[in-house]
Amino acid sequence: MADVLTFTYEVSDEDFTRAGEASSDVKKKLKKLGVSPDVIRRVSIALYEGEINMVIHANGGTITILISEESITMILDDKGPGIPDIEKAMTAGYSTAPDNVRNLGFGAGMGLPNMKKNTDSIDIETKIGVGTKVTMVINL
Amino acid sequence: MTVNDVIKLLDATALTCTDKLDTEVLSACGSDMMSDVLAFAKTKCVLLTGLCNPQVVRTAEMMDIVCIIFVRGKKPDEAMMELSEEMEIPLLATPHRMFSACGILYEQGLRGGTEHG
Repeated sequence: MADVLTFTYEVSDEDFTRAGEASSDVKKKLKKLGVSPDVIRRVSIALYEGEINMVIHANGGTITILISEESITMILDDKGPGIPDIEKAMTAGYSTAPDNVRNLGFGAGMGLPNMKKNTDSIDIETKIGVGTKVTMVINL
Repeated sequence: MTVNDVIKLLDATALTCTDKLDTEVLSACGSDMMSDVLAFAKTKCVLLTGLCNPQVVRTAEMMDIVCIIFVRGKKPDEAMMELSEEMEIPLLATPHRMFSACGILYEQGLRGGTEHG
């Protein structure tokens, strides 16, 4: 089996200004690995949207990135409140983000739709009161 | 058009990365919603915004934005300037309001990068 590179990040919800640090680091690593600019852009957008979501809705969580020769897998695991209606959450323009988040330029209801648009597959496992695990794959 | 041309057209001031103003600009995006920037910004794009917080610089980094233009004279704080130097994304400030700043660039041929212009 081919080697798989794994990176793990703890995402904190304490300081919103730091949201995006994990995505930023992944982007730098992919550049160093010589991944194509188009793939880097798609990973960056999907991961950053996911990271912001974790900070806004789920009190942070863990991001795991798996890089193989075939694909890049992004796993975002949180112990937040869960998503009551995934179909609604996937609808462009639907948002439950609070006003303070909107003032920072987020919460337009584009996050999940944009994550779907930029990845080859997205799987959301969620349980109310337990947490949400989002797995996104981009094929290389 | 280059970042230097944008500076001249918008009577703007370059606040950071003053050695990176020769970069080519192909399109522009004007928004205070970073969610929209993440969904719609194109390549080699400048971002015009009235929003002034570190997530603007982070969003620009993710989208490979060429430079950020703060409209109506908004000034980023030290933390944002440091982040922009680290990301090598110039920050500009223009006294123009959003509508006028976008209009000036559009008039000079810059487009939004979509089929609708």
